[in-house]
Amino acid sequence: MSDHTEQGAHGHVVPVGVYVAVFLALMCLTALTTGVAYLDLGKWNTVAALTIAVIKMLLVVLFFMHVKYAHGLTKVVIIAGFFWLGIMITLSLSDELTRGWEMNPAGWTSVIPFLHHLFF
Amino acid sequence: MSEMAAHNAHAHPPGFAHQFEDAAQQKEAGTLGMWAFLVTEILFFGGMFTAYIVYRSLHLPGFIIGSHLLLVKFGATNTAVLICSSLTMALAIRSAQTGKSKGTIIWWLVLTMILGAAFLALKFTFEWRTDYLEHTVPGAFFGFEYRPEWGANAPYVQMFMCFYFFMTGLHALHMVVGLGILTVLVIMTARGKFSSEYYTPLEISGLYWHFVDIVWIFLFPLLYLIGGRYSGS
Amino acid sequence: MSTAIADVHHDPVESNVNYLNASYGIKSWLFTVDHKRIGLMYLAVITFMFTIGGVAATLMRLNLIEPQGALVEPETYNKLFSTHGIIMVFFFLVPSIPATLGNFLIPLMIGARDVAFPKLNLLSWYLFVTGCCFAMFAILSGGVDTGWTFYPPYSSLYSHTPVVIMALGVFIAGFSSILTGVNFVVTIHKMRAPGMTWFRLPLFIWAMYATSLIFILGTPVIAITLFLLGLERLFHVGIFDPAIGGDPLLFQHMFWFYSHPAVYIMILPSMGVVSELITAFSRKKIFGYSFIAFSSLAIAVISFIVWGHHMFVTGQSVYAGLVFSVLSFIVAIPSAIKVFNWTATLYKGSISYEAPMLYALGFIGLFTIGGLTGLFLASLATDVHLNGTYFVVAHFHYIMVGGALMGYLGGIHFWWPKITGRLYPDMWARIAAAVVFIGFNLTFFPQFVVGYWGMPRRYAVYPAEFQFLNIMSSAGASVLAVGYVIPLIYLTWSMRYGPPAGRNPWGAKGLEWTTLSPPPTENFDVPPIVTEDAYNYAHAEASHV
Repeated sequence: MSDHTEQGAHGHVVPVGVYVAVFLALMCLTALTTGVAYLDLGKWNTVAALTIAVIKMLLVVLFFMHVKYAHGLTKVVIIAGFFWLGIMITLSLSDELTRGWEMNPAGWTSVIPFLHHLFF
Repeated sequence: MSEMAAHNAHAHPPGFAHQFEDAAQQKEAGTLGMWAFLVTEILFFGGMFTAYIVYRSLHLPGFIIGSHLLLVKFGATNTAVLICSSLTMALAIRSAQTGKSKGTIIWWLVLTMILGAAFLALKFTFEWRTDYLEHTVPGAFFGFEYRPEWGANAPYVQMFMCFYFFMTGLHALHMVVGLGILTVLVIMTARGKFSSEYYTPLEISGLYWHFVDIVWIFLFPLLYLIGGRYSGS
Repeated sequence: MSTAIADVHHDPVESNVNYLNASYGIKSWLFTVDHKRIGLMYLAVITFMFTIGGVAATLMRLNLIEPQGALVEPETYNKLFSTHGIIMVFFFLVPSIPATLGNFLIPLMIGARDVAFPKLNLLSWYLFVTGCCFAMFAILSGGVDTGWTFYPPYSSLYSHTPVVIMALGVFIAGFSSILTGVNFVVTIHKMRAPGMTWFRLPLFIWAMYATSLIFILGTPVIAITLFLLGLERLFHVGIFDPAIGGDPLLFQHMFWFYSHPAVYIMILPSMGVVSELITAFSRKKIFGYSFIAFSSLAIAVISFIVWGHHMFVTGQSVYAGLVFSVLSFIVAIPSAIKVFNWTATLYKGSISYEAPMLYALGFIGLFTIGGLTGLFLASLATDVHLNGTYFVVAHFHYIMVGGALMGYLGGIHFWWPKITGRLYPDMWARIAAAVVFIGFNLTFFPQFVVGYWGMPRRYAVYPAEFQFLNIMSSAGASVLAVGYVIPLIYLTWSMRYGPPAGRNPWGAKGLEWTTLSPPPTENFDVPPIVTEDAYNYAHAEASHV
């Protein structure tokens, strides 16, 4: 036995209207991200740009790539891909960003009085 | 043996491959296979995104200077072009799904190709050529020139331009491959290989094309819009 | 039980149409889409590549007979160890079991006619051959001297060897393995026979599935890393170049993100084979099926979060080092679970000592030693002393040779009758297994000692006080080489002169043993329907069929 869906060979047919709506949303979001760049939001510029990019990606993935109508397995596969990318980014940054950290010059034993105070 | 003869005598739709039991299994296998391949592409591009994130965190001022060297109007236009091409690709697949004529499917595929080619043309003839003429293509081969106003950030500006060319270059390479795939699809459609019963190659090629679009959706803000454009460049 | 009728006689090899004689001529092989033929074609190529890697090792061990180097200049020695590592890792161990036994067995074990994408399978073989050609071209152009790790800035800015060509060979071979991984994942998900639920699958399939996950998630990262290295070398500018703010350690992060999971690509299939061998030659249901199945997945997942243990002494942040060290201890747990379950399977089993079982038992012992010594390296403090010494070399050879390669040989022997329809002479096979075991330990155990004493790896010369153990190691290597040559001889002999094997010479459970030996092109006369669990040895069975 293999994992079959009920859809058979035909797949879900998405109405043209949905495609056009997604298209228009993507175009608006592109205009939005470009426009927001010209506003001074400090570090929030990056947050806004990435948030918009993620929304655009979700629209393409769910509707153009039919994932909204797909097997659960498809969604697991996609999430796994991004999760693994996240592992690579996070653990690499855990090194690159902590190289400059200074070690506690008093050493690890300096923690003991604090722990003693915490528990007694 | 008689079981196999009966199996072969079965009326299978065109394009059916013998290792499968039925068309549904074949379509699911093809789709899962393409998604597994796209995961490899996430990690492939992801390696460069990882490196980008590391160096951007460490050398942000240099990256901002570098980003401001890029032309937002071309980046934004190209983003729009690719989004249009994703729409036309989705409509090409839908035409096959709903049993439209070969001509209709080919029309949408060709439109997708024209938009893809337009993307590449804008990139190569306007953006990259301008960068070359302005000496912002990294490396001694192409005459990268440090500008005095970059100050101590100058090496990191060149680093940023490395990322710009490597990432958009790899993306462009994937676009070229995509155009090749679309050509093959046009030929297959013209030969009548597809129908509402069997259009799996169209569907999975669509997945590839949309993926390449998504990569650009991230490249645009990450390369062109670093640090915002409000300081008026 | 599947629908095969118990044979009273051995099926004579010549009388049935099977995948070997279904068509003749070189074109029928070069254009085949039959997973079994593709598996054999892979076997031929990787055997050749193993020989190349083995020649490099031979020259290395000959050189190390004398403290000042007996054979080659240091520059040449650098090229030898680099070639040995690159060929053995990327062109032998990574494809070994997946591309040969995996390709051959997966459809048979799950009751399918072929893999999901047979043409992609053939393409993966051609890509692999292309990668090998680039690697051979690099070797014939003098070989690279960067180590199999290709670290910049030496590899990008300073080495005068064909780095780009070799990196291209590895890149292409990597792409081949990605296609294999995709094929296997889809095949196992979508093409199992009716009744073959996930928890009735042979444990070899679980192992191959976990391996394929690593192929898919890890290999692209080494691909992009080598691609970026190539660009840096070609254009004299790149993201690892310190002159523009680049960090050579970032290369190492990206390199090891793949290369650590890669070592699990090399060991997981072998563990899958051992699961099959232990249960077959104990004639007993495997102990802890779910534990072994899930431990394969756990190894695949955890393998991706430990890579920094290769970088403890490189200048990596000590905080990241702490995290990687703890995680590296955790990755040992699922492997230990497997060893316990195999041992429990042996307990009160009806054990016989044919060659495959000897390899499996050898695997358990040697892999355990290799795994335990890995803990010394996972521990930050001891790794500072041991890193870069022969202790590391001994550790990974115990896993790769004492583990992976012994599992590979055991699997080749076990399934040889199914692949060729012939039996090999088991006496010679047992002798060879013993020679391999003795030669292996003679070669590599002394390396633990000299490593602990401080002898550095990748050096053409060494302090004189280490000479005795180095000579012992080199002598052991010559014994080991004999152990590898013997099977080449009798296995080749058996293809022509071995007695017909029949469907199931070992009396083992598994769908592959229900079909003819060699199998017909479409694998099964009648598509199987599975109604029982794996390894359903109700009682100790003698081999009849």
